Amino acid sequence: MTVMDPTLEEVKKRAEEREVLLDLENVSLSFGGVKAITNISFNIKKGEIRAIIGPNGAGKTSMLNVINGFYQPQEGVITFNGEKRKSMKPHLAVSQGIARTFQNVALFKGMSTLDNIMAGRATRMKRNMFWQMLYWGPAQQEEIEHRKKVEEIIDFLEIQHIRRTPVGTLPYGLQKRVELARALAMEPELLLLDEPMAGMNLEEKEDMSRFILDVNDQLGTTIALIEHDMGVVMDLSDRVVVLDYGRKIADGVPEEVQSNPEVIDAYLGVSH
Amino acid sequence: METFYNVLIDPFVQMYGMPDFFLQVLWEGLVSGVLYALIALGFVLIFKSSRIFNFAQGIMVVFAALSLVGLHTFLVPFVGNEFVAAAIAMPLTLGIMYALAMSVERVVLRPLVGQPDIILFMATIGITMFLIGFGEFVFGGENKVMITEALGIPTGAIEFEPFGGFLLLEEKDVFAVVMAIVLVISLLVFLNKSAMGRAIRALGDDHTAALSVGISLSTIWVLVWFIAGVIALATGVVWGARAGVSFALEVIAYKALPVLMLGGLESVSGAIIGGIAIGLLEKVFEIYWGQPLFGGNTETWFAFIFALIVLLFRPQGLFGEKIIERV
Repeated sequence: MTVMDPTLEEVKKRAEEREVLLDLENVSLSFGGVKAITNISFNIKKGEIRAIIGPNGAGKTSMLNVINGFYQPQEGVITFNGEKRKSMKPHLAVSQGIARTFQNVALFKGMSTLDNIMAGRATRMKRNMFWQMLYWGPAQQEEIEHRKKVEEIIDFLEIQHIRRTPVGTLPYGLQKRVELARALAMEPELLLLDEPMAGMNLEEKEDMSRFILDVNDQLGTTIALIEHDMGVVMDLSDRVVVLDYGRKIADGVPEEVQSNPEVIDAYLGVSH
Repeated sequence: METFYNVLIDPFVQMYGMPDFFLQVLWEGLVSGVLYALIALGFVLIFKSSRIFNFAQGIMVVFAALSLVGLHTFLVPFVGNEFVAAAIAMPLTLGIMYALAMSVERVVLRPLVGQPDIILFMATIGITMFLIGFGEFVFGGENKVMITEALGIPTGAIEFEPFGGFLLLEEKDVFAVVMAIVLVISLLVFLNKSAMGRAIRALGDDHTAALSVGISLSTIWVLVWFIAGVIALATGVVWGARAGVSFALEVIAYKALPVLMLGGLESVSGAIIGGIAIGLLEKVFEIYWGQPLFGGNTETWFAFIFALIVLLFRPQGLFGEKIIERV
């Protein structure tokens, strides 16, 4: 360890000082008899990069689906930005400031990169339906303002060259980047990334890591990410929560989690 | 040998021999064609954004036309003027179509979100049955006359003399074609240029993704059902002006089925081109092949047979996307 590296205590202290953005308390989710998530509590703090890890089927994606309202948990209390959540719909989550990407890229494949990202601003378009049907006056003005914001994001993620390309024809790595761009277009406070580097090669992973850090750093966006590449997780995240069979088995800064015997067992299996 | 002559040579001899009459036939075909295209667009919009094949599209045409005529009859004694009554009845009917769209979304679609497509399809059959019953209950089952004149639709005829012959265009047909073209173009502009249109396309492309960017299912569904309602009203007015307003109008929607088979359920341009193609072909077939060889009335089945033959060679339809599945 070099002198410059912060000690474990310092890292923990820094994490604790931050304000809580999202708090989950005793959340449980089941589909019929299958329990996807059992009694999980953890929080995500403002400005941090929070990793959710765990073996396959641990309930990580279900967790994200609960956070952005695709699933309704049967039990538990979720507080976002100090506000207790009652029922939730995905479009409400977006207007509250939660955006996400998906494990298997969910883009509008037949539409251009630009249209995809513009679609990310759906909830920010305030002009009512009839103006838009006319596509006249205020609606047109609004479109232009949104377009400016979208161009900034395009520059930020360095995807200027594929603006007009239908995304279905793009290579996988770029599709992931367009998906990130679309999520950023929502100007979220909390960004949920479901395996942002799945299926990428080393170079693409490095690019993506850089973008995630930039988003966190320059835009101040809080990020929760699911990732299987442990190297990436340990490098990027401020804190890590580990799930296994729908239960939480560890929670803390990367160093702590890495040395937790239960985590090692969950990943490597235990000899009986 | 004679059959051979009648099928392959005689029709073309006639087309060449009486070009003015051939033009007349083409015109009649075009008029039906643009209307088929319009109706097919109603199907495509709803299918693209919700994967629902809307069986109720046909009865919506009847219901819209009935509401318009019914409201007009009701209003005339109050305002004392045919034209004023029509001017009030028109926006009111649009309001009814909007209310219908809202109720369908709230009562039928919303509780069924996430159910298999076939369940939603059957729900639209339910809507059809309801609208038939409700329509008869409110407006009565007897045939009515479309309020063509009160709406200011011209009823005269324009005559031409192409190739030294004679061509007659009924003004209300001209009106139908112009209106259909205007509606189709404005729909295309709306879909491709506006944010709402982009949201409709997005929902059609990927449901999950659309939800995750905050596009609200309910808003878009109400919107597409309302657009389908507007299309139904427009079709009801012009078709009703030609054939009277009765529950038989419903069949015009089933004429859109072969159009959809041809054009693909998801293709906007397919619906337009398919509609016009079917309109033209069935008319030409009826006049030059149907009447001499089959004793007429081929228009009821020609489009279906034609679509089936095309499907033999192009199972995805003329414009549908070929689905290549990786296995």
